[in-house]
Amino acid sequence: MKKQLTILQLYPRDMNIYGDHGNMLALKRRAEWHGYEPRIIAYNPGDIFPDDVDIVIGGGGQDSGQDKIVADLLKIGSQLKQLAENGVPMLMICGLYQLFGHSFKTQDGHVIDGIGLLDVTTVAGPERLIGNIVTHSDDFGDIIGYENHSGQTFLGGSVHPFGAVVRGAGNNNQDGTEGARYRNVIGSYLHGSLLPKNPAIADWLLEQAATNKYGEFTPTVVDDHLAMLARKHAVRRPR
Amino acid sequence: MSSLRPYSVLAGKAVRYIARLRGGGSALPGLFVEKIDASFVRDTLGQLPHGVVLVSGTNGKTTTTKMVVELLESQGLKVFTNRTGSNFSRGVAAALLGEVNARGRLKADIAVLELDEAHAVHFVDQVPPRFSLLLNVMRDQLDRFGEIDTTAGMLAHIARATTGTVVVNREDSRLLRVAKELKTDVRFFGLDEKLRTMFPGDDELHGADGTRVKLPQADVVLSELGDKATFTIGGKTVTTALKLQGVYNVYNAAAALTLARAVVGDSLDQQKLIGRLAEVTPAFGRGERLIVGGQPCELVLVKNPGGFRLSLDSFDPHGYATMIAINDNYADGRDMSWLWDVDFDSLQGGGVKQVGGIRAYDMALRLQYDDVPVGHVDTDLTKALRQFLANNAAVPKRIYCTYTAMLALRRDLGKLTDVEDVR
Repeated sequence: MKKQLTILQLYPRDMNIYGDHGNMLALKRRAEWHGYEPRIIAYNPGDIFPDDVDIVIGGGGQDSGQDKIVADLLKIGSQLKQLAENGVPMLMICGLYQLFGHSFKTQDGHVIDGIGLLDVTTVAGPERLIGNIVTHSDDFGDIIGYENHSGQTFLGGSVHPFGAVVRGAGNNNQDGTEGARYRNVIGSYLHGSLLPKNPAIADWLLEQAATNKYGEFTPTVVDDHLAMLARKHAVRRPR
Repeated sequence: MSSLRPYSVLAGKAVRYIARLRGGGSALPGLFVEKIDASFVRDTLGQLPHGVVLVSGTNGKTTTTKMVVELLESQGLKVFTNRTGSNFSRGVAAALLGEVNARGRLKADIAVLELDEAHAVHFVDQVPPRFSLLLNVMRDQLDRFGEIDTTAGMLAHIARATTGTVVVNREDSRLLRVAKELKTDVRFFGLDEKLRTMFPGDDELHGADGTRVKLPQADVVLSELGDKATFTIGGKTVTTALKLQGVYNVYNAAAALTLARAVVGDSLDQQKLIGRLAEVTPAFGRGERLIVGGQPCELVLVKNPGGFRLSLDSFDPHGYATMIAINDNYADGRDMSWLWDVDFDSLQGGGVKQVGGIRAYDMALRLQYDDVPVGHVDTDLTKALRQFLANNAAVPKRIYCTYTAMLALRRDLGKLTDVEDVR
């Protein structure tokens, strides 16, 4: 029997802006290619939070989408924190990256509380930070994506950056950092979609999940030549 | 009218002539006249006895505008339109320059203009339309517009600036909210209950449940769709064959009919109206059919996930060789994320013979994740097209393409076959 990996997708109905589905698809397909059996659970507001979870992913949303999910997120915050402390890998993009932090201060000074799983704070900035972006990480090499956010995020002492900005704005257009990492949790502004074009990150998430559950990760060789060519061409494109 | 008007018009016409000799775009002469005579567009359109009709929304503007123009012509109106597909304000100025006489007079009864939402909000402050048509709001070019709710806000602004009648898609929940706030005359077009699943709105495309509020009465309803289309127009049913392909084109015909009825009023000749509708062909690049090497070659413009999904649902891939061409120039949108919101499973059987364009490898990667077999990939679109035509000479072909890829493909195909001049 194939080894199962359960992937929990947070709020796919309201937090799915621009290509977040691609991250889900990359994890699902690569789990299959590596010989695992992915089980996908879509979690929407009011659903029962499952207790057997191996990976958690979440995306960005319209402001109206965030309003719909924020109360529910605060309710499941302690369960998500417990999973994070247990080493469950997570990937939060854009809106849910912000809400995994302490708070988001909007343009009109209103403060939205996050769950504080990541030691980051976000304030609405004067301009949208939009365009192709390349960052670098010692663990993952060059990370290639597209950013589109008005929130500016600042990192606290208990997280470290996901990547250092090579080209683009990143967390706040000031300190040269992009995203945040805490234990096996990654927060990032990168769309693109992130995981298909950065398969090393997808495989790392699967590796953490498989190792937690089965004590080892047994990958196969995946044909990533199209991803490598897509990366090569994306890097050359204007901002 | 500015006393400089005859000079600015003549100078603008000269720039237009030179730009066309150089094979340039349609916006440059418009920019020129905009700079030297800012009130040119407002004054010229202000002369029209039936005023200005504005068509806006995310998907289907160009073909719907073409339909509205032809329907109004069937009623004997002389119509001015920006049919170059240059749907920015400058494109309107450029199109006007081609039509006005040296004194700046436009010989037309009514103008039907297609405008990009972001440009339309400024345009209506200068030229308040008498009629406007709001087609749909879907996520498109979020790198330009930021949020879909922002786009809905732009369409609300257009609706509020409209002095006569606003025609609204009642099946679009965001537009329905816009319509409820309006104080002007509003008319709706809509779908019969049983057709709704074929036309998901943006929220349904993204998994929101389809529960609906009570819908307002629609002036024109698309009530059946098979080989022929049946519309319920003012309570009476009319069935007609159509040359338009694609379910969303047929639905937009309901929009065009509603608008034509609002403009023409009681004197409308319905037989002529439906007769003309049956003859409307898609706008260039929107399911346009060319003949290349004795075989049909269709160009289908795809700009956003909603439109791409609807196109894949509309055109049966069986018997066709498929190519996809993806560019990421400014007019296409730079972000490739949208490709991941489109489901390509329907292409698994026949595969995609050729992928081309600047972001060909992003597209090929997307297809890999949906298990769609890919033949050849080339970022050089001219080479990709040549290869596609050579490898699939004996079969009908269909090319899904982004905006600038479509323009480039038409240019290359123009060397092989007759391609309508749309400049």
